Amino acid sequence: MNIFVLVKRTFDTEEKIVVNGGQIDEGGAEFIINPYDEYAIEEAIQVRDAQGGSVTVVTIGDEEAEKQLRTALAMGADSAVLINSEDLDDLDQFGAAHILAEYLKDKDADLILAGNVAIDGGSGQVGPRVADLLGINYVTTITNLDINGSDVTIVRDVEGDSETLTTSLPLLVTAQQGLNEPRYPSLPGIMKAKKKPLEELELDDLDIDEDDVEVKVETVEIYLPPQKAAGRVLQGELQDQVKELVQLLHSEAKVI
Amino acid sequence: MSKVLVLGEAREGALRNVSFEAIAAGKKLGDEVVGLLVGDAVASLANELIAYGADRVITVEHPNLAHYTSDGYSQAVLAVVEQESPDAIVFGHTAVGKDLSPKVASRLQIGLVSDVTAIEGEGDDAVFIRPIYSGKAFEKVKISEGTVFVSIRPNNIAPLAKDAGRSGDVSSVSVDVQNLRSIIKEVVRKSTDGVDLSEAKVVVAGGRGVKSEEGFEPLKELANVLGGAVGASRGACDAEYCDYSLQIGQTGKVVTPDLYIAAGISGAIQHLAGMSNSKVIVAINKDPEANIFKVADYGIVGDLFEVVPLLIEEFKALKVNA
Repeated sequence: MNIFVLVKRTFDTEEKIVVNGGQIDEGGAEFIINPYDEYAIEEAIQVRDAQGGSVTVVTIGDEEAEKQLRTALAMGADSAVLINSEDLDDLDQFGAAHILAEYLKDKDADLILAGNVAIDGGSGQVGPRVADLLGINYVTTITNLDINGSDVTIVRDVEGDSETLTTSLPLLVTAQQGLNEPRYPSLPGIMKAKKKPLEELELDDLDIDEDDVEVKVETVEIYLPPQKAAGRVLQGELQDQVKELVQLLHSEAKVI
Repeated sequence: MSKVLVLGEAREGALRNVSFEAIAAGKKLGDEVVGLLVGDAVASLANELIAYGADRVITVEHPNLAHYTSDGYSQAVLAVVEQESPDAIVFGHTAVGKDLSPKVASRLQIGLVSDVTAIEGEGDDAVFIRPIYSGKAFEKVKISEGTVFVSIRPNNIAPLAKDAGRSGDVSSVSVDVQNLRSIIKEVVRKSTDGVDLSEAKVVVAGGRGVKSEEGFEPLKELANVLGGAVGASRGACDAEYCDYSLQIGQTGKVVTPDLYIAAGISGAIQHLAGMSNSKVIVAINKDPEANIFKVADYGIVGDLFEVVPLLIEEFKALKVNA
């Protein structure tokens, strides 16, 4: 089974966001593999271990993203590909999907996995767009994956409900929380990862036209939400506090 | 005269609120709003879209559209886009919208602004506001050229007032929906009493302080009294007090209800990202130093198992007196 995982390097979820000169300030921030992509990597490893084959993790980014690729290799992926996008000033979902699809088009992927959304940009577009460009089916927000030959049975999360469906390979799926419990890289895994192949590609190595990465959605401004004024902690007997709270919600906040 | 195509979405036979919100968004983007309904039997819902501001409605009905699939729905939507050539398209950022919109955008080779919470300006000058980093920051974006395509987050853009007296044309487009690559076998409803977490006006959320699966019972009762939905912090989900589908936070759902009641939630930054843009936040926690009080409009320092039952009684009394 030829398995690919699309991953993205993102801010650690612990990070506070600082805006400087209209841009997100990345100085000193910790970066991680997008948490939803970790589920995708874990699932890919489990599928490979059960069915044979290989797992390749792919990302678009700069050299900094090598660290996250090494982490994926340490978890158990077999090889990694970094598509260097430093030459591009700006890249939106349309462009990212074209780059990934251009890389994947002659790879005969049986299964492509990705996170259902990246916790930074939060659009959730790239996975389905890549599948569409490759002409393969996709299923988003999956919580269970069962592969039998080329038949696939999937359970997916649909706003809290769970939907069971059948489809077939080749297929792209995006991972939802609950799919599995991603492993931590083991020490031997980390040692082995250093020797695993990590290929770096330039956009020129791919058959990309300017039109393919033309920015369709332009960011005009980035800003932080207004700081909330400190709220009111109620005082007095608990019974009275509760009465006061209900009155406040009714007459002051007018939400009840 | 610019034209906006708005996808209406039904759940269990009734239109979801986000459909009406999408019409309101559509009105900001163009002059004529064309509602689109896709399914196996949806024509009866057309007049309600018109009552909420759609100028006319197109329906696409086919047995293969009984369940949502990206293949089936995209065939329907693309056929209508081809017929109508809209200047803008608006979907809800719902399970269907999230899954379908990237495919439609890819087919049309256009950009897509996902998860829009507000629109500034009108028509060609429209600028879209959307949360990034799960609401820790916001960005304003615009579509450089060509068709404008956005999906709007439920509960953020106010719908227009319903006017049952409005009238408009309802027509159907025939699409031979075939070659579905996904076959839906079963849908198991797990959501609390049909109130969807992302659309709920009131969310009652529990954290580690809830202590057990049974501990969620009073929260469920409070949510029921208020017509809301139950949510949870990652801590509560990790401890298996509840299903991951209830998780609110940077991983999990981002919610913006009118009222968010956080019970026994400490307020880790990841959780705050998922709920801090709620209109009014109430925190109930034993620890007066808990982070959640920093974003709360009203706080009660106390044991949730004492406070929540009292709240249930007070809200019930308020309802009786109202």
